[in-house]
Amino acid sequence: MAAVLTRDIVKKFGDVSAVNGISLTVPDGQFMVLLGPSGCGKTTFLRVICGLEKQTSGDLLIGGKVVNDIPPRARGVAMMFQSYGLYPHFSVRRNIAFPLRTQRVPGAEVDKKVAWASQLLGIDHLLDRRPRQLSGGERQRVALARALVREPTALLLDEPLSNLDAKLRASARQEIKQFQQRVGVTTIYVTHDQVEAMGMGDRIAVIDSGRVRQVGSPAEIYEDPADRFVATFVGAPPMNIVARNSGYLGFRPENFLPKDMMEDGSFTEFSFRVDRSEYLGSERIVYGVIAGFDPNQVITAKLPPAHVAEESIRPGEWHPFAVRNSALRHFDKDGQRSSGH
Amino acid sequence: MVSIAEPIAKPATPLRFILDRREVLGSLFVAPAILYVLLLAGVPFLLALYYSVSAYTIYDPSWRFVGLENFADILENPVFLQTLGNTFLFTFGSQIIGLILGKFGALLLLRPFRGRRIVRALVILPWAVPIALATVAWEWMFDSLYSVINWTLIALGIVTRSEAPNWLGTPHLAMLSVIVVNAWRFFPFAIVIFLAGITAIPQDVLDAATVDGAGFWRRNYQIIVPMILPIVAVGLIFGTVFTFTDLSIVFLLTMGGPVGATSVLGFEGFQVGIGSGDVSHGAATSLFMLPVLLVVVVAMLRFIRRREI
Repeated sequence: MAAVLTRDIVKKFGDVSAVNGISLTVPDGQFMVLLGPSGCGKTTFLRVICGLEKQTSGDLLIGGKVVNDIPPRARGVAMMFQSYGLYPHFSVRRNIAFPLRTQRVPGAEVDKKVAWASQLLGIDHLLDRRPRQLSGGERQRVALARALVREPTALLLDEPLSNLDAKLRASARQEIKQFQQRVGVTTIYVTHDQVEAMGMGDRIAVIDSGRVRQVGSPAEIYEDPADRFVATFVGAPPMNIVARNSGYLGFRPENFLPKDMMEDGSFTEFSFRVDRSEYLGSERIVYGVIAGFDPNQVITAKLPPAHVAEESIRPGEWHPFAVRNSALRHFDKDGQRSSGH
Repeated sequence: MVSIAEPIAKPATPLRFILDRREVLGSLFVAPAILYVLLLAGVPFLLALYYSVSAYTIYDPSWRFVGLENFADILENPVFLQTLGNTFLFTFGSQIIGLILGKFGALLLLRPFRGRRIVRALVILPWAVPIALATVAWEWMFDSLYSVINWTLIALGIVTRSEAPNWLGTPHLAMLSVIVVNAWRFFPFAIVIFLAGITAIPQDVLDAATVDGAGFWRRNYQIIVPMILPIVAVGLIFGTVFTFTDLSIVFLLTMGGPVGATSVLGFEGFQVGIGSGDVSHGAATSLFMLPVLLVVVVAMLRFIRRREI
């Protein structure tokens, strides 16, 4: 059964449409990531799901029921906000208990559920503190506990890691994912960070200008992007796209290698002039142009460890490079994926 | 042609950079304010303290020390006791009405509507208009013959001409009238305080409460009000102190009447001390405000510190 299902959701603010007709199915227990650049409408879409915004048109189903006109409190979804939105005047205990109190859950059961949620997240020793006495990571767990305590049909997370520093973010990513698998709660996770999306999502919906560009597993999104936007948005550095025959040709930097590394199979050769090369420890990124294409278009190659320290790729010189044909992706003139040549 | 003067090497005197020293410049800037407080608040206060324990009147300006006799006198005076009660009623009545109006006014002004900026500016008027001017307008509205309020009540058929209330002539109604005028004067201030407090609440917190299942009332009374309580308490301290010591509305609207029904401490102190020339009893009356205000201010400051979030 689909925990959350949307049909052609449109949300307009005046004349500006933030969400342009999103149809999405999130099956029970799935971790769905909405990935897109800032201002693409992903947060607005999330706010429509939890009922903070009302869609201009389209249907929204949660747990199989149409909830278009049902207020947020009756939708059975929980949301965790970017800056957590903890209640500063309540203790951690009362913060976590709040969603239960609003549902008039009896006191004994509230205590039991608060204990369960706080143990699950390892914050049971913080219950009597105020939010301002907690670190960023602890606040995040409190917010997560508060979201989970009433066992929602779906958990909505709006860029929950953007307030943490880089180191904490990596471990929090791990934690949220493990935790989601353990509890099995359907999760919709909004982010603009592709590392989070690739690392955590069971499936990713790439969103741009209020539209879904592609829905798929992280591997599908990365390996078989549906259009030029997805191809260049996902991956760092992004996919190289060059114009060819009234269409476009794309290949990932890590598939663009010196010709002598090609062992067998069919491949396409390019003459590559190296302009600049960056040594990044575990890899080397090489920037340059390829002969026969737009001389202003920078092409990147990501060289594997075998080539990292090597000085053979010298700036200013032309080198024979190649891409395996199976790694080439073709797009038509509108930027949509096409099958071949 | 412009010639640039040769720099002349001045001998460095110890006084040359004296104004660059923070402690010197700082003291210099603060001095006027301190002098102002000392001369215009400190000295009169000490003078009042002395008057209250002396037998000073303008007919007999002696400095004879009489101890607490003046206080004993006024405490036995039923007029004074009534005045004390009136002052509390006047202060807290108008504060409560003002705060309630302020809360709802702020909530209304937070909603987007056409002309909101103009309404926000206009709402400040009761506070900005000179009190004398505003009170004269109110006086006409409460007038026994020309009251526009009564005219409206009669026109709506709520009362007949013969039973129309005499606002300033009946003791309870007169008290109600001065409270209403003061609340009217205070509520723009309350609106500003509430607006500042409410807009300082992060949107995420309000959204979280909505998604967590809180409806309008719960969001208001369990999230918004507790979060803005510290700033509202500060506003309330100011309102209480200003109202408790105020005599202008009573002076302009009712002169304490009818028969002392609206007399407040400030007004009574003025009448006795300046009007009748009995300076010592006037001072004693006025000084009754001090312990009350002290308690209010200390209690509220402690409350704020405890609630700090």
